[in-house]
Amino acid sequence: MTHHPMGSAEPLLAVRDLRVTFQRHGEKAFRAVDGVSFDVRPGQTVGLVGESGCGKSVTSLAIMGLLPKRGNRVEGTAIFDGEDLLSLSPSAMRDRRGADIAMIFQDPLSSLNPVVTIGRQVTEVMERHQGLSRKDATPKAAELLERVGIPDPRARLINYPHQLSGGMRQRALIAMALACNPRLLIADEPTTALDVTIQAQILALLKELVVDTGTALVMITHDLGVVAGLCDEVNVLYGGKIVERGGRHGLFQRPRHPYTVGLLNSIPRLDAPRGEKLSPVPGSVADNLPWDSACAFAPRCPNVLDVCTQEQPGWDGDQVVGYRCFNPMGGPR
Amino acid sequence: MTDRASGTTDESPRRPSYGQRRRARIDALATAGTVDDQPGVSLIRSAWLRLRRNPVFLIGLAITVVFVVLALVSPWLAPWDPTARPLLDQVRPQSNPVPGPEPGHPLGADDRGRDLLSRLLVGSRQTLIVGVFATLFGLLGGLVLGTLAGAMGGWVDSLVMRVVDVMLSIPSLLLAFTIASLARSPSQWTLIVAIAVVQVPIFARLLRGSMLAQRSSDHVLAARSLGVKPRAIVFRHMLPNALGPVIVQATLSLAVAIIDAAALSFLGLGNPDQRQPEWGQMLGLAQRYISEAPHLAFYPAGCIIVVALGFTLMGESLREALDPKSRR
Repeated sequence: MTHHPMGSAEPLLAVRDLRVTFQRHGEKAFRAVDGVSFDVRPGQTVGLVGESGCGKSVTSLAIMGLLPKRGNRVEGTAIFDGEDLLSLSPSAMRDRRGADIAMIFQDPLSSLNPVVTIGRQVTEVMERHQGLSRKDATPKAAELLERVGIPDPRARLINYPHQLSGGMRQRALIAMALACNPRLLIADEPTTALDVTIQAQILALLKELVVDTGTALVMITHDLGVVAGLCDEVNVLYGGKIVERGGRHGLFQRPRHPYTVGLLNSIPRLDAPRGEKLSPVPGSVADNLPWDSACAFAPRCPNVLDVCTQEQPGWDGDQVVGYRCFNPMGGPR
Repeated sequence: MTDRASGTTDESPRRPSYGQRRRARIDALATAGTVDDQPGVSLIRSAWLRLRRNPVFLIGLAITVVFVVLALVSPWLAPWDPTARPLLDQVRPQSNPVPGPEPGHPLGADDRGRDLLSRLLVGSRQTLIVGVFATLFGLLGGLVLGTLAGAMGGWVDSLVMRVVDVMLSIPSLLLAFTIASLARSPSQWTLIVAIAVVQVPIFARLLRGSMLAQRSSDHVLAARSLGVKPRAIVFRHMLPNALGPVIVQATLSLAVAIIDAAALSFLGLGNPDQRQPEWGQMLGLAQRYISEAPHLAFYPAGCIIVVALGFTLMGESLREALDPKSRR
């Protein structure tokens, strides 16, 4: 894959100090995303990695303005092309969604409207944003379906989602997301609901589309395999904060944060001796400490020091590479 | 046999061999169950393909069709004018208040000498009209309120749903009875309005619930993520997907509406005009002679039960066919 030099172009999306707090009436507020900052440059693929509950999906929904209206507070900025997405009016944000920024979701079957044909669902986006008539949009929809690798696209236009296989559905969703040539695509675990061979196909397709069109891609996943194959930059999230960032080569060769190391070690290996147990990261997110006065990961950390439960670790590094740890693997730099 | 068949392929068109026919039959069987793979088979169409083979649905459909056809053609089918009193001379208030069957009058007559069969046939019309219109109006009202509540949420939802809760907290027949008794001069429209009002909260609540489920569904989130406008989301992405249970409920409600209509006119809240017979009204009039002539009550009651059964069977099998969990 072509290597995009980091820091060269102006960022397309600059997220700064994003905080999302869920507050239900009479209950303690819960901060799902706690000061996340990252940049996405045109044509770049940025990964957000972490286990369930680390805030990666909430981050993407907050950027897209898709969080429920009530019960949450979003702070910080997400500058896209000079405009702060988080302070846009709902209707201005609607005009952006689908046209400039699109999103692909995890479960392709439930993400498609079951009573509307694939063709209608693809043309709907183009009618909405490009002002095309349905008649003019239909041949374009067929082209799109062909571009995402759906065989016999004309016949598929009149199919309903349940008549397509899982891989085809995800391709159709990608076609819908790409219908108006968005400059940024957010993929929220796009391969989780698919079997392994289809996963590889969909990832290859995404990679190809990103390279061809220069679309920037934010890849949200818990699967480090996906990250290794696709992302230029990787952000590891834990408890709503980015705990480590790096280029994919650097991160995989020399992970610094004990959580990143834990994630890498928990991947099953083909070359490991038979019968060897998998090594999960011990404990669960429920053990987290509040970031304000400690490192949230401390209770699960093999490298834990006294200071980890007394002070919040700061960011050690810069915009491109760095980690948030008192006692990183391989010692302090 | 295969050799012979291949040796005679260039002959003029002939009857397919036994083997060919058998293969064709097996091929037909093998593909019989794979309706889902044909292009353009919508959920509704595949539900219909399942329904077609469901005996319960067919029985319900047959009953319904028979009664609807009877109601449509009854003015021409009825042997007597339902208002005429051909057997009036046989009515003896003391010894024989209700004339029994006799040639030309297979079910006999009522206490005023009117042909019972003709009145039953013509009465099907009023009963079905009341049932269908009451359900239709109830459905419309429920659609409007349910869509409003489910789509808008917030205080609109709270307001609509509290009204609906209040209405549902009153027993339905009592509520219908109260509304019907408000009318100055009862007619079949009194019945239709009263029963429709009772049905509105049922439909509204049902639709609101399935709209809410749709609102938090992945495909609505996906549509929002593509910038689809709120109106299109409600009417193209939420409403069509939320309608399934409402349609089923409408079929079942037809049965309830017919029974309720009969109950109200039995209690004298329906059309009092005996020139327009109606089963519930006939049932009410039959009460005076229930010991001497129970058949007078039996026939209209039987008709009500059978029609209600027809709609219920149809509704239940429709529910089963549209419910993805009960698919075999």
